Amino acid sequence: MIEKELVIIGGGPAGLSAAKVASEAGMKVALFERSFSLGGQLIKQTHKFFGSESQYARVRGIEIADILINETRKHDVEIFLNATVVGLYKDNIITVYQDEKYFKVKAKAIIIATGASEKFLAFENNDLPGIYGAGAVQTLMNIHGVLPGKEVVMVGSGNIGLIVSYQLIQAGVKVKALVEAAGHIGGYLVHASKLRRLGVDIITNTTVKRAVGNGKLERIVTVKLDDKWQEIEGSEEVIECDALCISVGLSPLHQLLSMGNANMLYVNELGGLVPIKTCDYETSIPHVYACGDVTGIEEASSAMVEGKIAGLMAAKHLGFIHPNYDSLEAELNQQLCVLRQGPCGEKIRCGLKKVGEIYD
Amino acid sequence: MRVDEHPILDFKHKEKIAFSYNGKKMFGYVGDTIAAALVDNGVMQFSKSVIHERPRGFYCAIGNCGSCNMTVNGIENVKTCLTLLEENMIVESDKAEVIIND
Ligand SMILES: Cc1cc2nc3c(=O)[nH]c(=O)nc-3n(C[C@H](O)[C@H](O)[C@H](O)COP(=O)(O)OP(=O)(O)OC[C@H]3O[C@@H](n4cnc5c(N)ncnc54)[C@H](O)[C@@H]3O)c2cc1C
Ligand code: FES
Repeated sequence: MIEKELVIIGGGPAGLSAAKVASEAGMKVALFERSFSLGGQLIKQTHKFFGSESQYARVRGIEIADILINETRKHDVEIFLNATVVGLYKDNIITVYQDEKYFKVKAKAIIIATGASEKFLAFENNDLPGIYGAGAVQTLMNIHGVLPGKEVVMVGSGNIGLIVSYQLIQAGVKVKALVEAAGHIGGYLVHASKLRRLGVDIITNTTVKRAVGNGKLERIVTVKLDDKWQEIEGSEEVIECDALCISVGLSPLHQLLSMGNANMLYVNELGGLVPIKTCDYETSIPHVYACGDVTGIEEASSAMVEGKIAGLMAAKHLGFIHPNYDSLEAELNQQLCVLRQGPCGEKIRCGLKKVGEIYD
Repeated sequence: MRVDEHPILDFKHKEKIAFSYNGKKMFGYVGDTIAAALVDNGVMQFSKSVIHERPRGFYCAIGNCGSCNMTVNGIENVKTCLTLLEENMIVESDKAEVIIND
């Protein structure tokens, strides 16, 4: 069996940040990423980021990805691409699938930074080709320059729904409507106003009842919802479209942690099943850490800070003390407090409280 | 269909490469995933569901859902959203025989 000092699973902002700090502390790091490139969700985000200066606010996601990847490459991190981790077992052993082969790796410590997956929405024919996750459409058009269709309807008015709608328009696609089940817009109003100015119809209190098409999506039927989220009879409307983007939230990719028998808790505010962890980001499995969206859906900014803390702590518990340990630890925790303050951070603070992380 | 003009991104198409989809000759570009090249060629249905044979396209594009699985160069269940296109690749809708025990 191959042996490694520190194994990091996932090469998004959390995993890359963890790799950098742990190697600065002197650890030999092996990072496994199932995609053919590093960067996680950042590599498709063409918009400028919110957040604070220390997490690259006002820099585009794609550029942040480049910065993080270059920093990781400067350190002696061993990177495995097209390498999916498919199992987490006792004694910190993982199984990796790469090039049609499986192999086992034993690690002194493991950091899980697998991110999240897009949720599905239940309605008739929701499996018709042409119905895609909003993030999937973003991958298709911003990474490959391929368009999902000519006329698109977006479901969900959270920031992802709003931003991807805007990016569809930038790429030359007509966004026919944005439907939202709640009575109000979920994301930032600046994004919504931008869409309205471009003529996108934002329809609240409405959901998709059914998709129609022969082998591929041709149109959808929407229905109005009352204040108890019940369908209002006779309020159906037909919208012709060849693509439908579903943006109804993300849920943490917890499978490896669940498989390893880590203590988990379902927390609605965090998007689903998340690991219970110590303030050092260690899960209930000794020397297995978790950071980023897999511990609760948040943002790239906090994923980077969490990744650094996880890297710092995984190293420390094995006797590798980062040269700037004290100042880094204080600084990073302070950054998380700032990111999570105010009304925008309320949901995440509330969710984190349930797993024992207090910010109030 | 490809992006024509974009205010932020510049898609300089790299080398054009040929591949086959269910026996039909198609073209994509170096750097495309198989899924992206198929969508560009107007292919939306990648396979059929096992039991009810309902058409399947891609859904997540990051390797989570398995909706994009196809047979590539004879290897079944390849995630086409995570696999880069290569010259002369043979891409087929999954024909793997699946035995289901009730
Ligand atoms: C449209 C959109 C807009 C956004 N806008 C903003 C914004 O303005 N500001 C902001 O701060 N955040 C924003 N975010 C959120 C941000 O992108 C995520 O919170 C962040 O990427 C989470 O980082 P992560 O490293 O935890 O996960 P990810 O970026 O998802 O990375 C996880 C990585 O792990 C890999 N992986 C998963 N499972 C395995 C496995 N079993 N084996 C190997 N590898 C695996 C994945 O392939 C992926 O590369 C946005 C997100 C989206 C989708
Ligand atoms: S589209 Fe989901 S795994 Fe490929």
